[in-house]
Amino acid sequence: MNVTQATRLVAEREIRVKLRDRTFLFGTLFFLLIAAAGTILPPLLAGGPSTVAATESVAAPLRAAGLEVQVVPDDRAAERAVRDGDVDAAVVGGPAVVAMDEAPDDVVRALSSQPTVRLLDPDAVNPVVAFLVPFVFAFVFFITSQTFGLQIAQSVTEEKQTRIVEILVAAVPVRALLAGKVVAGAILAFAQIALIAVVAVIGLQMGDSGGLLTLLAPAIGWFVPFFLLGFVLLAAMWAAAGALANRQEDIAAVSTPVQFAVMLPFFAVIFLNDNDTAMRVLSYLPFSSPTAMPLRLFTGDAAGWEPIVSLVILLLAAGAFVVAGARVYEGSLLRTNGRTSLRTAWRERETIG
Amino acid sequence: MTRTLRLDGVDRSFGDRQVLNNVSFEVAAGRMTGFVGANGAGKTTTMRIILGVLSADAGEVSWGGTALTRQDRRRFGYMPEERGLYPKMTTREQVAYLGRLHGLDAAAARRATDALLERVGLGERGNDLLETLSLGNQQRAQIAAALVHDPEVLVLDEPFSGLDPLAVDTVVAVLRERASAGAPVLFSSHQLDVVERLCDDLVIIGDGVIRAAGSRQQLRDSYTVPRYELVVAADAGWVRDHPGVTVVELDGPRVVFDLPAGADEQPVLQAALARGPVRAFRPVSPSLTEIFREVTQ
Repeated sequence: MNVTQATRLVAEREIRVKLRDRTFLFGTLFFLLIAAAGTILPPLLAGGPSTVAATESVAAPLRAAGLEVQVVPDDRAAERAVRDGDVDAAVVGGPAVVAMDEAPDDVVRALSSQPTVRLLDPDAVNPVVAFLVPFVFAFVFFITSQTFGLQIAQSVTEEKQTRIVEILVAAVPVRALLAGKVVAGAILAFAQIALIAVVAVIGLQMGDSGGLLTLLAPAIGWFVPFFLLGFVLLAAMWAAAGALANRQEDIAAVSTPVQFAVMLPFFAVIFLNDNDTAMRVLSYLPFSSPTAMPLRLFTGDAAGWEPIVSLVILLLAAGAFVVAGARVYEGSLLRTNGRTSLRTAWRERETIG
Repeated sequence: MTRTLRLDGVDRSFGDRQVLNNVSFEVAAGRMTGFVGANGAGKTTTMRIILGVLSADAGEVSWGGTALTRQDRRRFGYMPEERGLYPKMTTREQVAYLGRLHGLDAAAARRATDALLERVGLGERGNDLLETLSLGNQQRAQIAAALVHDPEVLVLDEPFSGLDPLAVDTVVAVLRERASAGAPVLFSSHQLDVVERLCDDLVIIGDGVIRAAGSRQQLRDSYTVPRYELVVAADAGWVRDHPGVTVVELDGPRVVFDLPAGADEQPVLQAALARGPVRAFRPVSPSLTEIFREVTQ
């Protein structure tokens, strides 16, 4: 049996255990519900066209605009219908539009003549979408790397805390243990995101927002490799943190730097996403590039070569962190008395065969 | 399959503290070798080095004449001093998992697990989560975990500590079975009476140095002066005045005494018979505890 086979066995076990974990299953279900609700509900809640009360003389243009018209004998009756809540709005002599507390845009539009609109940048993104998309990308990366990273750390600490680690280390190379956990975490994270994505896509189509999908496709395409490398980088840090801790209770303290490495880029991308210079920098920094670069591609600010350069930087960083993480992991895995300092783990690692 | 496990000049330090100093000994195929020493003498470190969990600073561990590789070690069964399994997995599942990590395919791991759980008396609890088992049953699971891949060498660190008497019997039976199938079996223990009862060979370590090694009988022969027990009908106090005798213990009619090396014990017996009836007269073998005390002093 070689390292690859051992890695597969370790990953299989991690996945099997996770798939039976109720917290994980309910968490996934919860995200799926949010995805479904977030895509299906908004078009439904927006409601149909306004109902409007009007005398027969002004009803024609309103009907032509697709509004539901309730014909009333005079303006007094029209206003009463509004007050009683029978209709959303009324059109009275003048003509004037009467409504309770909100101007009915569709009624106003039906009665006005509109100027021709000529768009100079027709591809520019709808501001609401432009606000939501960075948030969704950053949120997905933040939540997944946080949840699955923490799970990797917990699984490492569990093996240390229960002392089974010595049997494992005697049977398989330490690298296989580490790799198996990272691979399992990545597979689970991806499967969960894919599942959520499928539900979201179905929801968008049911809610008739399919156009957004075409717009998002390239950004999502880039998000996948960025996400994968970014996840591996953080997973290596989480595994090392888990190995430094001796009990589950210690993980929080030991993993503070990792938490920052996840959280700071998240907030940076959320708050700075309309600052071009900041986003340019963030899209090259290994910790923030998984969210910042796909975002710049989405808004059309990045040149074609930029994601490739950023991806290479991320790849090198992930490689370096995996090597460093593995060293810390090896150096602290068998130190079962008390928390291991990063320095000790780094210097006095065992050269295990 | 009958191969000897051998350590040759193994050194190991932690920081500036030398824990093992030129440790060399053999674990012969088909024999139970007891490994004894005080706490901190280096037993666990030695075993970890055999399993490759720790590296040696110098020296070599070989099996059947060639240096140990990771592939060889996968055929070893190891029970570390600090026990543990996955609390949230069923016994059956994790024993099978450990079997697979040691190179068994899925079907073989399943078969071996079923047979072994039956053997250690866990057949019916196999599908329970480990954390729901009693402490005694968890230890049985631990034994199954060390043996699932039908190891060719067994290295067990304090296998009897914390076991209930029934579990001790199970472990002893299983170890003997493995040894008579030709596997070298090395086990450490601080319970010298258990070691004395079980082992064929003995390795004594003190402060990281091997103090004595060999078969149990050899050690007995070489580490003691001739000692005898005499029981007579009346008071045995007169033995004190017999030439050459050093009395170790005197209790009314019973006396235990040493003679100088090479001295003849028959004159003492004759003197006793001349005084009256003799109920018993026999050589006393030193207990392991006494040998241990002598070589580690």
